[in-house]
Amino acid sequence: MEVFGLLEIEDLHVSIGGRMVLKGINLKIDRGENHALFGPNGCGKTTLLNTIAGVPRYVVESGRILFKGKDITHLPMDERARMGIGIAFQSPPAIRGLKLKDLIKLCNPEAKPEKVLMEMNFLEFADREVNRGFSGGEIKRSEMAQLLAQRPELVMLDEPDSGVDLENIKLIGRAINKLTEKDTKPSKRTRSGIIITHFGHILDYISVDKAHVMMEGTIVCTGSPREILEQIKTRGYEGCVRCLCPT
Amino acid sequence: MSDIAERAKKALGKKATYGPDVDLEKYDVEAKPHEEIQRLEEVPEDVRKAALNVGVSLEKEVGGAYIQMDQTPVVARSSTEGIEVLDIATALKKYDGLKDYWWKLVPVDQDKYTADVALHPPAGYFLRAKSGAKTIFPLKSCLYLGQTNLNQRVHNIIIAEEGSELHVITGCTTPSHVQKGLHIGVSEFFIKKGAHVSFTMIHSWGREVDVRPRTGIYMEEGATLSNNYICLTPAKTLQTYPKAILDGPGAVASFNTVLYAKEGHLDTGSEIVLRAPRCSADSITRAVSVGGEIITRGKMVGEVPDVKAHLECVGLILSEKGRIDSIPELDGRCGGLDMSHEAAVGKISELELEYLMARGLTKDQATGVIVRGFLDVEIKGLPESLRDELRKITQLQELHGGS
Repeated sequence: MEVFGLLEIEDLHVSIGGRMVLKGINLKIDRGENHALFGPNGCGKTTLLNTIAGVPRYVVESGRILFKGKDITHLPMDERARMGIGIAFQSPPAIRGLKLKDLIKLCNPEAKPEKVLMEMNFLEFADREVNRGFSGGEIKRSEMAQLLAQRPELVMLDEPDSGVDLENIKLIGRAINKLTEKDTKPSKRTRSGIIITHFGHILDYISVDKAHVMMEGTIVCTGSPREILEQIKTRGYEGCVRCLCPT
Repeated sequence: MSDIAERAKKALGKKATYGPDVDLEKYDVEAKPHEEIQRLEEVPEDVRKAALNVGVSLEKEVGGAYIQMDQTPVVARSSTEGIEVLDIATALKKYDGLKDYWWKLVPVDQDKYTADVALHPPAGYFLRAKSGAKTIFPLKSCLYLGQTNLNQRVHNIIIAEEGSELHVITGCTTPSHVQKGLHIGVSEFFIKKGAHVSFTMIHSWGREVDVRPRTGIYMEEGATLSNNYICLTPAKTLQTYPKAILDGPGAVASFNTVLYAKEGHLDTGSEIVLRAPRCSADSITRAVSVGGEIITRGKMVGEVPDVKAHLECVGLILSEKGRIDSIPELDGRCGGLDMSHEAAVGKISELELEYLMARGLTKDQATGVIVRGFLDVEIKGLPESLRDELRKITQLQELHGGS
């Protein structure tokens, strides 16, 4: 047994452009677990994911991030990626002259671009320039295909279901389950995930173990994904927090 | 003395409009002669290698070839019916001095460089596609400057007769041991009614080589041209400013320029004159400086209504030093025309870098990928085989970021 979770976050404070956005996050994700993050716009969900990924604009003021037991708080983002952290961005930039299939090769030289693109029903985009003229839903499929090639141990998904039609939500759900090894025996699972979602559509297709509600830069509630989503739907974020979380 | 020689003599001291002045006296005029080569397989290894570096692979199918070592044409032959490849001295003899073409587009007294070429025995190629003829495989030519400190002078004539199609790739290069030299290349293009020409020029020079191409292009009704210029290795100074005249209705010219400057001074550009209705032209330049100085000029002149022209120059400066000076000019001389330009000079986007780093690429690798993509201009009008070779060139070069 490992002493550490795959990811451990201790009292994390993060600022962007001098403004404090995360104010003391504590979070532990064990291997094989899939976590959902809920919360109103601007509560810090995306900031948390980008900070874990190591995007330089997000400045860690205090606290630390441990990945596989190693302190990665100040590690450059490419080293974190090579350690096994992967992220699907919400609005990634277009890259001129770089074909999607070539980017997939860069994610993992051993990956077969056609295979992962086929899984995402996205093969016809293989020769397209990355993200250039992609619709919202197409960006999601492109991001998922890249992650399928990269095979990170911790996969972080920022609203993988926004802008995606019903048919493709199923595909994305299947890919997430694959990335978090929900298609294998629980005892064999070593990979984990964090997923930001607003509407929870994606939860109909994926298996999530825990959910967290974030408000104003902290995690205010943790519990069963279904229960929390139900409360948010009926009573809003404020009501949900008051009802479920005496802490 | 001929009229050409007389005008040239008067221009011997005439400095060029653009680019640092080169002292012609500093260079040797006597070139060691080379022997003619009977078969492509016999081209010396170092020439073959240098040619490959500028995209001129002599192994694959070639529609015709011209190879010049220093001042000597060593190979000039065509393997395509209807396509003529001669060395220029032979062509002058065969076609009675090429009276309708010789110095008709580039003024012999334009500057001291054109004058210098005119006053010495000519070397260079004569390419002609007869009416209706088409190259299946591109013609390949290599101008090889192998003798240190030589003044290499070249005069080329390219003629695409009515309805013909001509694809040419020319690599101009020095082997790695030649650092110093001068290359002056005069090229005159005649693209007749309905003909299509793609002309791709790749330069790879030594650090101490001065380069002064002088190009004139004339296009008739319905003619199309895809003119591509690629220079990814440093030269001491390089200045070129081809001028194209679209003289027949519906002529279309497309200029693509890809520049990468580690050091040295590149002053490139073009002037395109749209002289007949329904003509259109676009000129796209991608420039990257990692310490070198790049000036890109682009001028479009619209003389009649119902013409279209677009200029685009995008530059990246990847180091602290380095300069990209983009000078677009649009000269509309009547109503009813449509001309535009777009220019941007800046750095690599942090967002793009981070995106690739999130996939595990180091900053240097990510920079390389972004720069290569940036330089990979989608060039229209090229046959697929040439496109592949071109892509290989931009992938081959070691392109580094500033850090």
